[in-house]
Amino acid sequence: MAGTVPVREKRLPQGPDWTFELIDEYELEIRKTAAEFGLDTYPNQIEVITSEQMLDAYASVGLPIGYPHWSFGKEFIRNEQAYRKGAQGLAYEIVINSNPCIAYLMEENSMMMQALVVAHASYGHNSFFKGNYLFRQWTAADAILDYLVFARRYVMECEERYGIGAVEEILDSCHALMNYGVDRYRRPQPLSAREEEARMSERNDYIQRQFNDLWRTVPAAGTSKVGHGKRSVFPAEPEENILYFIEKHSPRLAPWQREIVRIVRKVSQYFYPQGLTKVMNEGWATFWHYTLLNRMYDKGQLEDGFMIEFLQVHTNVVTQRGFDERGYGGINPYALGFAMMRDIRRICEAPTDEDRLWFPDIAGGDWLKVLDFAMRNFKDESFIAQYLSPKLIRDFRLFTVADHESKSYLEIDSIHNEEGYRRVRRLLAQHYNRDVSMPDVQVVRYERDTDRSLVLRHLIHRNRPLVSTEATEVLKHLTRLWGFTVRLEAIDADGRLDHYRECTA
Amino acid sequence: MAGSVHLIDRRLNGGNKSATNRQRFIRRYKEQLKRAVGDMVDKRSITDIDSGGEVNLPSRDISEPTFRHGPGGNRETVHPGNREFSPGDTIQRPRGGEGGGGGSEAGEGEGTDSFVFTLSREEFLDIFFDDLELPNLVRNYLGAVQQKKMVRAGYVVEGSPTNLSVPRTMKSSLGRRVALSAPIRRELEAATAALAQARAQPAEAAEIERLEAQVAEIEARLKRVPFLDDLDLRYRHRVFVPQPVARAVMFCLMDVSASMDERKKDVAKRFFTLLYLFLSRKYEKVEIVFVRHTDNAEEVDENTFFHDPKSGGTVVLSALELMHEIQAERFPVGQWNIYAAQASDGDAFGSDAGKSARFLGEKIIPACRYFAYVEVPDGQDARQSSLWVEYDTLTAAAPNFAMRRVCERDEIYPVFHELFKKETA
Repeated sequence: MAGTVPVREKRLPQGPDWTFELIDEYELEIRKTAAEFGLDTYPNQIEVITSEQMLDAYASVGLPIGYPHWSFGKEFIRNEQAYRKGAQGLAYEIVINSNPCIAYLMEENSMMMQALVVAHASYGHNSFFKGNYLFRQWTAADAILDYLVFARRYVMECEERYGIGAVEEILDSCHALMNYGVDRYRRPQPLSAREEEARMSERNDYIQRQFNDLWRTVPAAGTSKVGHGKRSVFPAEPEENILYFIEKHSPRLAPWQREIVRIVRKVSQYFYPQGLTKVMNEGWATFWHYTLLNRMYDKGQLEDGFMIEFLQVHTNVVTQRGFDERGYGGINPYALGFAMMRDIRRICEAPTDEDRLWFPDIAGGDWLKVLDFAMRNFKDESFIAQYLSPKLIRDFRLFTVADHESKSYLEIDSIHNEEGYRRVRRLLAQHYNRDVSMPDVQVVRYERDTDRSLVLRHLIHRNRPLVSTEATEVLKHLTRLWGFTVRLEAIDADGRLDHYRECTA
Repeated sequence: MAGSVHLIDRRLNGGNKSATNRQRFIRRYKEQLKRAVGDMVDKRSITDIDSGGEVNLPSRDISEPTFRHGPGGNRETVHPGNREFSPGDTIQRPRGGEGGGGGSEAGEGEGTDSFVFTLSREEFLDIFFDDLELPNLVRNYLGAVQQKKMVRAGYVVEGSPTNLSVPRTMKSSLGRRVALSAPIRRELEAATAALAQARAQPAEAAEIERLEAQVAEIEARLKRVPFLDDLDLRYRHRVFVPQPVARAVMFCLMDVSASMDERKKDVAKRFFTLLYLFLSRKYEKVEIVFVRHTDNAEEVDENTFFHDPKSGGTVVLSALELMHEIQAERFPVGQWNIYAAQASDGDAFGSDAGKSARFLGEKIIPACRYFAYVEVPDGQDARQSSLWVEYDTLTAAAPNFAMRRVCERDEIYPVFHELFKKETA
């Protein structure tokens, strides 16, 4: 068991330069150490790449294969310029939620960095991907790579057939709605590139077989009746997955365009859990690289020099700047996540009276079990609501600011004191709540029987408006996909129509 | 647990995976930039967009719009690092939209997309001058100073060993061998056939012997055909071809008399700079001659031209005469493309204006591809100067002469754009 008297083990070779043999050796030791703590992971695949390839990987949001689109080029150039000017270092690692779990090591890194990345990505993130309920439920690690290959090929074929411009238009429009292409309650069908292709060709075959020009001449039955009866609202329930609705019901899209909408939707779905678990995921990985390497140091496998270099990097990663310091960019998910994971371990190992009061069920428990449970069953929002302790609120000196439009000033709402703990914790958890941070826009009506227009509803949350120029722009994109008039109604808290914007095709 | 990890070296796979994406982005970015430059140039286009009804197509720029919350409404934000705040404290709302606890608000509702992207000078100029064209663009080529360029010119039989073309050599070797050995082979065939016949119907031993000797002799001759001969050698041939260089000279004429203050000079300098940039895109080589004048003219270097104060009266004619002299002496019309730009506040005394205009019309304009006169008056409502009035008589007769008034810096580009607008024929 970890934490027992250190056993002296063979010291690993040191030195700044890495070799493949060395990485192999370190990986084996890290693996053994991870096994001591019972980390359950997908098999690992480690790839060594150059910094330019790292920039490439960055650009495609960490995916090893992506369909071509200019926005990825924009991302690349942005990163490259920041990197060249020294304004931004490269992330040390990129890890892909796939089975086997692929982690990239950058060739410029020292051996210490490679070991850190292996511990962080190949054991930290990897076990999170395998264990966390969101990832288990919403992404198919086994199929993602195949699907991406399929998507890339499909998009490129479309470019050849219909022109780069036409494909780009559709992709632009889909990207504008990417955040609204996620199923949150329905479990998506597992991805399989082969099935996907089979499904597609089947569909094409079916259309071919069924094609009969005579159908065109048959008078449509029943259409005249609809107008008289009660007008049925379609869809019956509001649909929050806008891209899904477009894919299924858009009156104008060609089959290949529908397929592209579907691809963007699937990719968006794949990233959905990552956005919800940023703090936990990074916190978990950081906690484990810290714990694993320290454990190896305790066993005598690592030298002091290695540890000093490691701690310096680690400290940089988990720095949290205060709100009034230069370079403050909000709460650092690494810092918060790492601190919370450590804090949970502390609550288990050395609980104070306060901890016993706040966390009676875990204080003094087995920290490995408690952490494992937390990793598996929470997302950022619930994780913070459940586990953020008063001690951490004090350590971070968290405070909340109320910004209400009726007042001409900002007001300090609560701080790290007895009265404030619960409120600070609740508000911080809210900060990671997707429902609050993203405007609630849903499809409410499709006027199938009249002008085929689409009506969306924006439920105004606490009077917060949309960024007007962008909303107008997105609406244009939506109109392009829909092909007919699209109307976005803003509904206030009392359910009354506040205002609307419209875009005619 | 056993076995080593799957470790792959991807470094040789090559980067540039996103090269296509980058190119596409740059193309898109340029489109946007061109629009921006166009708007800057021609203010009417902006007002046209405003008044010309709504455009319902998504704009093809580099923005990536989404639905997101803007400033306003009610919300609470959480920040770390509290030192002095207690609940109920009030803070002034930071100016400029986004609220936040004193610091920047990056956690939520990111700011605008402040994306800066550098263009190379060439790329920038291409966009900057995209819809401009030099009038009378004829490239006079210069005979004397020529650049030479090596071009391939077939194959020759003599040359240095480094230029030896092995395929060509082997080709001619093969041809020669086939040609030389064909008759011998025919003889050999005949002799072999005769020998076989002699052996088949028993002939005299001497006869067979003779035939055998003949075959042997022919075979020896066949072997003597050399595999490679001096004749076969072929060398790649390269020759120098003179490359004509299109050259232009640009005369900058400026009045530096006391009435031309720094502001006016600055405006003039900007015009000259634009013209220089524009010319250097069209010609491989552009020389500049700076001529400044008060009551007499002199040729100076750039620094003196723009910065050295000098005061005195104004005789425009002196500058024109000097320019004509320099041009006749150093830049013959047949070999140089001659451009000139004159900047002045238009103050000319007595008969100077009239004489200058006449001199310009008779001597200078016929030699020039283009002559631009930029007047920098004291203010927008200044009356027309005497020089302007006189020069104005020339515009009708000379299509390669243009004149404009520029008062402020930001008028420079529009005026420039107007002068060199592409003819829409």
